[in-house]
Amino acid sequence: MNILVRSAILVGAVAFGALAAVAADDPIKARKELMKQVGASTKAASEMVSGKVDFDQAKAAEAMKTIAAVPDQYVKLFPDTSKTGGETEASPKIWEDMAGFVAAAEKLKVAAAQGEEAAKQGIGAYKAAFGELVKNCKSCHEAYRVKK
Amino acid sequence: MRRLVWAVVILGILGAVVFYVLTAPRTIAATALPSHTPDVKNGEYMFYAGGCASCHAAPASSKCDDPKYGDPKLLAGGRCLKTPFGTFYAPNISSDRTHGIGGWTPLEFVNAMARGVSPDGSHYYPAFPYTSYQRMKPTDLLDLKAFLDTLPASDVEAPAHDLALPFRLRRGLGLWKLLFLDGQAYQPIASASDKINRGGYLVEGPGHCGECHSPRNIFGGIITAAKLSGGPSPEGVGYIPNITPDKTGIGAWSEDEIAYSLESGLTPSFDAFGGPMAAVQTNTAKLTAEDRAAIAAYLKSIPAIASSRPSKETGK
Repeated sequence: MNILVRSAILVGAVAFGALAAVAADDPIKARKELMKQVGASTKAASEMVSGKVDFDQAKAAEAMKTIAAVPDQYVKLFPDTSKTGGETEASPKIWEDMAGFVAAAEKLKVAAAQGEEAAKQGIGAYKAAFGELVKNCKSCHEAYRVKK
Repeated sequence: MRRLVWAVVILGILGAVVFYVLTAPRTIAATALPSHTPDVKNGEYMFYAGGCASCHAAPASSKCDDPKYGDPKLLAGGRCLKTPFGTFYAPNISSDRTHGIGGWTPLEFVNAMARGVSPDGSHYYPAFPYTSYQRMKPTDLLDLKAFLDTLPASDVEAPAHDLALPFRLRRGLGLWKLLFLDGQAYQPIASASDKINRGGYLVEGPGHCGECHSPRNIFGGIITAAKLSGGPSPEGVGYIPNITPDKTGIGAWSEDEIAYSLESGLTPSFDAFGGPMAAVQTNTAKLTAEDRAAIAAYLKSIPAIASSRPSKETGK
């Protein structure tokens, strides 16, 4: 048990350290990684919402929890040195309107946290929360992403 | 010497006459319109299928290029479209009789939409996608006008276009139209199903998908052979994806995935639509599930055209 806990902590620490290292020297890459996590969780949630996969309360909550953890990390990954390069699709508007961008990220966090709560109430509530969550994806990409 | 002067003068006059004739606005005659009792409900549907609000609804903030708009039914205009030719401002098309189009007759509306000609007989710039709207059924256009008449009036005057000098002369657009406006309604594909043809009508007509999703030549005309295969954004920043069934396009998407993306705004890899496509999807979400499926079926049925940009969709 002790060994298990220790190794879990160690693995966790290494993983976190690795992400932090990537974030420091390649924020664009780190941004993309985080968005991939959001995409994967959105997929998992969507499959339950559409009935493609049976609703599983724990998995439903987990997907939302993963998304809720992203925005705070994400908004820190936009230093002035990361406006271009790495095929980034980040719009210059992010830097012109950082406050608006951070507020949009905060909204996503709130929506995901509500989704996590909604998971406990069953598929009906979860579906509604998912609909609200997805509006954030689109709204933020509308304002702050340029397809290249 | 005198002869030469005369020759130049005559050639000049001939040239002016030819230019005048070639650039004349061509309109639809009243007799060519079907007698039709407008169906406002269908007009509302065409309003969403046509994405009118995406350009004509007033921007949500004082920034003319704010991607978001406020009330989709307040069509006060003012949105700017920055292009290599200059900046276009979407006009007020609210029901106001002076500042909007409330005073237009149905025929004037049809001529604007299908021929790009204003009630006073001048050419509209093709930033207004009449090259697609000409494919619409006259009855759908008449229904749309009837619906627009029910929307609120705005007395805000939209700014005038701010274009580089040669493009300020609207008359010259007559030549552009000779090249790029064929005056044809949507031609159903004889070998295709009704579903595919309904999708084709929506994509090529009201949906005007090809206006952004196609490469353009130096005159700003769509390169027909590469239609829907994506291209640089008409606004100069970014790239609009290929939506033909090539692997550089949406070849990897199933029909269901295309239809779902138009409903939800989510791609098969669970990326979310953004940029101008976000507003488009707000409209496609309002179409019927059958029409979204028809659009998907049509997009999967057209020839696959490779584009130089690989698809950003990384998988499922």
